[in-house]
Amino acid sequence: MNMKTRTALLTSLLMTSLTTSLQADVSGNIAVEGRYFSHNGLYPLQENSNVSISLQPEFRKRWDNDRKSFTFIPFYRWDNNDDERSHGDIRQLDTTIATGDWEYQAGISKVFWGVTESQHLVDIINQTDSVENIDGEDKLGQPMLRVSRIFDEGSIGLYVLPYFRERTFAGASGRLRTPLVVDTDNPRFESSDDERHIDYALRWNHTFDAVDLGLSYFDGTSREPELQQVGASLVPYYRQIQQVGLDLQYTSDSWLWKLEAIRRENADTGYNAAVGGFEYTFVGINDSSADLGAIAEYHTDSRDKLATSPFQNDIFLGARFTLNDAQSTELLAGTVFDLDSNSKTLRIEASRRIGDDIKINFEAQAVTDTDATDDPLLHSLRADDFVQLEFQRFF
Amino acid sequence: MKIKKIILATCLGLMASVAHAETSQEKGLRIAKEADARDNGFKDLTADMKMILKNRAGKTSTRNIRIKTLEVNGDGDKSMSLFDSPADVKGTTMLTYTHGLKADDQWLYLPALRRVKRINSRNKSGPFMGSEFAFEDLGSQEVEKYTYNFLREEPCGSGWTCNVVERKPAYQYSGYSRQVVWSDTKEHRLVKVDFYDRKNAKLKTLVSSGYKQYIGHYWRPATMNMQNHLTGKSTTLTWSNYKFRNGLTSRDFNKNSLQRR
Repeated sequence: MNMKTRTALLTSLLMTSLTTSLQADVSGNIAVEGRYFSHNGLYPLQENSNVSISLQPEFRKRWDNDRKSFTFIPFYRWDNNDDERSHGDIRQLDTTIATGDWEYQAGISKVFWGVTESQHLVDIINQTDSVENIDGEDKLGQPMLRVSRIFDEGSIGLYVLPYFRERTFAGASGRLRTPLVVDTDNPRFESSDDERHIDYALRWNHTFDAVDLGLSYFDGTSREPELQQVGASLVPYYRQIQQVGLDLQYTSDSWLWKLEAIRRENADTGYNAAVGGFEYTFVGINDSSADLGAIAEYHTDSRDKLATSPFQNDIFLGARFTLNDAQSTELLAGTVFDLDSNSKTLRIEASRRIGDDIKINFEAQAVTDTDATDDPLLHSLRADDFVQLEFQRFF
Repeated sequence: MKIKKIILATCLGLMASVAHAETSQEKGLRIAKEADARDNGFKDLTADMKMILKNRAGKTSTRNIRIKTLEVNGDGDKSMSLFDSPADVKGTTMLTYTHGLKADDQWLYLPALRRVKRINSRNKSGPFMGSEFAFEDLGSQEVEKYTYNFLREEPCGSGWTCNVVERKPAYQYSGYSRQVVWSDTKEHRLVKVDFYDRKNAKLKTLVSSGYKQYIGHYWRPATMNMQNHLTGKSTTLTWSNYKFRNGLTSRDFNKNSLQRR
C-alpha cells in the first residue's frame, strides 16, 4: 500500500468510527474547480486548462455550552495536471476545553492573527498550503498545544508547536511556479532536530474601546523557506527565526484603520516589514441594501529589492462590493502597484450562493509590466494569468 | 367636616395635577422603562432561531441560527449569533456588545480562515443575512435608543389591551424615521411594530405571536413575522429551545471564545 491509499483508508475508518461513536455533527463540502490560463506556460509539461476536485468533510462535537469541543476536518484535493497539487491534509483534529478564565487546546489546528487584507504579515503559526492558491490564505494543519488566559477585554495565549509542516510547492507540470522546480522531498533545516524542532509562540490581545491591539512573539522554524539552487532544482532551507509582531485596528462608524508590523531575525540578519491602511464603507449605496468598501494599504520591507515577498514598496487599492442579498453575493477586486518596478497585479474574487447548498466562486488574476531583475518573483508569474470557477456543494 | 372636605379636595386636585403632569412623551418613556424592568434579571438566554426568507414569488430559503445572550447590568446586553445554515456559512459567528446610544462593538468569526474580524456597526439599517430584518431590528432594545410618545390604548387581539407608542430612533444611522409599537398593558409583550422609512413611508410590519412564559416570569414569542410592504418579501423567525440561566459568563462572550466553534 502506498502512502496515499493508507491515508485514505485510515481517514475513512476514522470517519466512520467517529460518526457512529460520537454522534458528531457532520458537514463539509465537495468542490469542482476549473482554471484556464490565457497564455501558454513558460515551461514544458504545463497545460492551459486544469480541472481539480476537492473534498473536505467536517466532524464536530460540542457540549457544555460550547465550552468543550472536538473537531476533525480532513481534506483532499485531486488535480488532473500537477501531482504536487494532488494532496491531502488534516486541517483540524483537536479538542478545546474552556473552564472559567482558562482555555486549553490540543491537536492539529489553525490559528489566524492579523487585520490587513492584502498581506498577512503577523500570521505565523500555520504553514501556507501554497499549491491551493497563491493568495497565501490556505493553510496546513499545525500540531499544537495552547493554553490561554481569558480576560474581559482580551486574552493571552501560549503555544507549543511540536512538529513543523513543510510548505507545499507546485510540481514541474503545475502552473504558478518558480522557473526551477522546488524539490520538496529534500528539505534542509538549520536546526539539527529538522521538522521535530519545538517552536513556541506567545500572543496577547486586548480591546481598548474602538482599538483592537495584538502583540505576538514567535521562536522557531521559519514557515517561509529560503530557496537554494542545487543542480537544476531549488531546495527549501528552513531557518530558525524569532519574530515580534504587532497588529492594530481602529474601528469607527465607517472607517477601519489597520496596521501590521513585524521584526524578524535569524542568526545572521534581520529585517522589518509593515503593512497599513484603511477600509472605508459606503453603506446602502443608492438607497439599496448594497455596501461598497474602498480599501487602500501600503506595504514596506526594509530588505528592499532583496525582500522574499513581492511587497517591498507597494500600494494595494481595492473595492469590496457586498450585495447583502439572500444569495450573499460578494465581489472583491484589487490591484497591487509596485512603486519600484511599476509592475501591477490585478485580482478579482466573487462568490454567490445558489439555492441552499451550492456556492459559486470566481477568481481571476493578471500580472503586467513585470521586470526580471526588479521583481523576479512576479516576473516568474508573467505567463500565468488565469480565470477560475469553482462549484462547491455543501452537505 | 370642612377641614376634611378641604383635605379631600386638595388630594383630588393634587392627583389630577400629577396625572395631568404626565405628558404623552413621559408616558411613552414610562412604558418603555416598565417593559425593560419587566425583563430584568434573566441573566442569560440561549435559543434556536429558524429564519425563513420568502420572496414575492413565494420561493423560500432557510437559515438556522443559535442565539446566546448575556444580560449586562448598566450597559446593553452581549450576544452571540451562531450560524448553522446555509451550509456555506456554517460556523460563522457574530459577537455583539450592545450599547445605548454609543455604537455597538461587533466581531465576526469566519471559520474558513479561522479569522476574527472587528467590523463597524455603521450598517445598522442593512439586512441581516439577506432577510427583511435589519441589524437594528434584532439588536438589544435599550430604553435610551429611542424617544417615545404614547399614542393610545386599544384592544389588540386574544383579549389583550395594548399600549400604542410611537418611538423615534435616537441613535445614529437608523434606517427608520419612526416606529409604532403595540405592546400589551399587562406583561409588556411586543405584539406588533410598524416601521416607517426615512421618507416616512410605511416600510415593514413585524407581528409576534405564540407567547409563552418561561421560568415563571419571562415571556417570549414562538413566531415573529416581518412583512416588507414595498418589496412584498417577508421573513419569518421561528423560535424554539428557549433556555434561561445556563450559567453563561462574560468569558463565553469574548472575542477569543468565538474560535471555539
